[in-house]
Amino acid sequence: MPAKPRAGILSILKTAVINATVAVVLFSLMVGIRTEAGSDGQLTYWTRFGELASLVAVVFGGSIVIELLRQWIGPSGAERLVPPAVQSGITFLGRFLAPALLIFALLMPVIFYDQRYILDLGILVLTYVMLGWGLNVVVGLAGLLDLGYVAFYAVGAYSYGLLATNFGWSFWVCLPLAGMLAALWGVMLGFPVLRLRGDYLAIVTLAFGEIIRLVIINWQDLTGGPNGVSGIPRPTLFGIPLDSSDDGLAAKLGIEYSPTHRIVFLFYVILALALLTNWVTIRLRRLPIGRAWEALREDEVACRALGINTTTTKLTAFATGAMFGGFAGAFFATRQGFISPESFTFQESALVLAIVVLGGMGSQLGVALAALTMIGGFELFRGLETYRMLVFGMAMVLIMIWRPRGLIGHRAPTVYLTKAQAISSDLVKEGHG
Amino acid sequence: MDYFAQQLINGLVLGSIYGLIAIGYTMVYGIVGMINFAHGDIFMIGGFIALITFLILISIGVTAVPVILLVVLLVSMAITALYGWTIERIAYRPLRHSFRLAPMLSAIGMSFVLTNYSQVAQGARVKPIPPFITGGYTLHESPEGFVIQLSNIQIMVVIITIVLLAIFTWLVSRTRLGRDMRACEQDQTMAALLGVNVDRTISMTFVIGAALAAVAGLMYLLYYGLVDFFMGFVAGIKAFTAAVLGGIGSLPGAMLGGLAIGLIETFWSAYFSVEYKDVAAFSILIVVLIFMPTGLLGRPEVEKV
Repeated sequence: MPAKPRAGILSILKTAVINATVAVVLFSLMVGIRTEAGSDGQLTYWTRFGELASLVAVVFGGSIVIELLRQWIGPSGAERLVPPAVQSGITFLGRFLAPALLIFALLMPVIFYDQRYILDLGILVLTYVMLGWGLNVVVGLAGLLDLGYVAFYAVGAYSYGLLATNFGWSFWVCLPLAGMLAALWGVMLGFPVLRLRGDYLAIVTLAFGEIIRLVIINWQDLTGGPNGVSGIPRPTLFGIPLDSSDDGLAAKLGIEYSPTHRIVFLFYVILALALLTNWVTIRLRRLPIGRAWEALREDEVACRALGINTTTTKLTAFATGAMFGGFAGAFFATRQGFISPESFTFQESALVLAIVVLGGMGSQLGVALAALTMIGGFELFRGLETYRMLVFGMAMVLIMIWRPRGLIGHRAPTVYLTKAQAISSDLVKEGHG
Repeated sequence: MDYFAQQLINGLVLGSIYGLIAIGYTMVYGIVGMINFAHGDIFMIGGFIALITFLILISIGVTAVPVILLVVLLVSMAITALYGWTIERIAYRPLRHSFRLAPMLSAIGMSFVLTNYSQVAQGARVKPIPPFITGGYTLHESPEGFVIQLSNIQIMVVIITIVLLAIFTWLVSRTRLGRDMRACEQDQTMAALLGVNVDRTISMTFVIGAALAAVAGLMYLLYYGLVDFFMGFVAGIKAFTAAVLGGIGSLPGAMLGGLAIGLIETFWSAYFSVEYKDVAAFSILIVVLIFMPTGLLGRPEVEKV
């Protein structure tokens, strides 16, 4: 695109006035007038012109600021703002970031032993790190856009919840079962959608996620419907419960019981599960199957031309991702002690997907940092419950516009030919391919 | 038999509403090649704007039904169309040449923004309106006392759908804008080289799609007598299913798919179970994509290497 000449103050004002006019029309009825159904079902309305005026003023001022920033930075100057010395410094620090984060995660229960809120938040973040790493296999590595990932999370949670409450099986027996069942569902979803690509695949996985949620809501005999499953047993340390009873761990070790023990235990369980996900993913990536995933992401047609079996490649990606989703679901069920369909909505899928994309497709460290940022950011907005998803949606749009390949970085294929190979003209003569 | 006929009428009316939303998906997919995930929410916004316009008109003392209908139709189409235009400018145009997941995710973000914007602006509760158009005809009365009813609202929904479809079919097949749209569908670069303003054409596609979604929103409001901030999501997926079933990119296909989804959903609720009607509709999407990836009236997709 050719560089635009610097616009004068008049043209900036003109843009701002146009934007403000558009804003007036857009917000006039939706914001300017508020409707509410009264107790007798009769609708009433009242005007809110003050709010309307301030919103339009924000749009007017905002577009002036954006236009000025655009002139100051230029169309692609965001990179120029950071001097090369700082950039290389960041790259240098980046090498130590992963081990530092790991050590911090390992020590967290020691450092924040008394602060239960921080430990709970840590467990939540790690759950999303695990979900993000699991979905990363499907979206980040294999490039299959999955909008129904929460279905596998739900399958895992309900498998554990139902097996544990109906048969009394322990967490450690149910965990692999939950993973296997979720993987089975992954294959079942994978089979019909093998031929679909891109947007179609996204919509079908979304429909699949909704089907699972609707079945959970409506199959009341099995799942308890909207009331969910309650009384799910807490995890045990290989049969030793973590409670204040005489058989409890505290009594056996001869120390005083504290509810924090269970939190710390749960923290390490999810940390171990997340690290398992990470380890398996990194290992798989070096194997032929992992390279096939990455090749699939880059170009499916070329992949088929090279003789890679796209059927197995896609199915293994779905199954692996789903299995980790199932593990996370089982953990979620044991942590909450209660599950209901409300926890498995499309919003949840979108949140995990946003973590993967924000972190950069295929980048393990990026996904972990994105989960930390997103869940931490969500916590900041906890007081503003209704505005939270609004801000989340806006952030998703802005990040896509600003850095469509991910905020933190994305992973190039493990094997990549950087140098173009010269081919002799003898080889490319017509009819000789 | 009477029960069947009644369900047929209900299904066709519901199908008209789905068909009108589906046209927006089909047009955008045909030209830009992306699923406008926020389209269902545009339908919801259209319903809200129609509701608010109704309230204002009634409270300032307008009583003539045709006047109210016309004003509400025009206002909701105009404002909702501007929403469609703005969304395209903000969230999709900067990403048109980006990698393929980006516009999809931006559209999901936009869908969240619109849903929660409506919730913040208008509250989370369901907004009912009193029955506005009443009355109807009794087509047939069986000896057992079962009555086939055709209400005035149902007649109106079908008539408005047919009129709008005629107008927009003419717009796409006979006007300069329609020719530009078909040219962009074939090849955007080539169209631009031949003097078609691609940006403007794509904007107009979003405007037309949003205006039709607004009409669907208005009719949903009249037919069911309520709107709420979350209704865009499910209606959106069903309309997308309709677009896929009809063959995405084809305008008559979208309408046909809409009618099919409306009928299937109504008959499923009538003969099997109301609880699983959404499951039925979503399963159809999966089945159609497996056995007829190009839909009923779609063209086979050419694989570009």
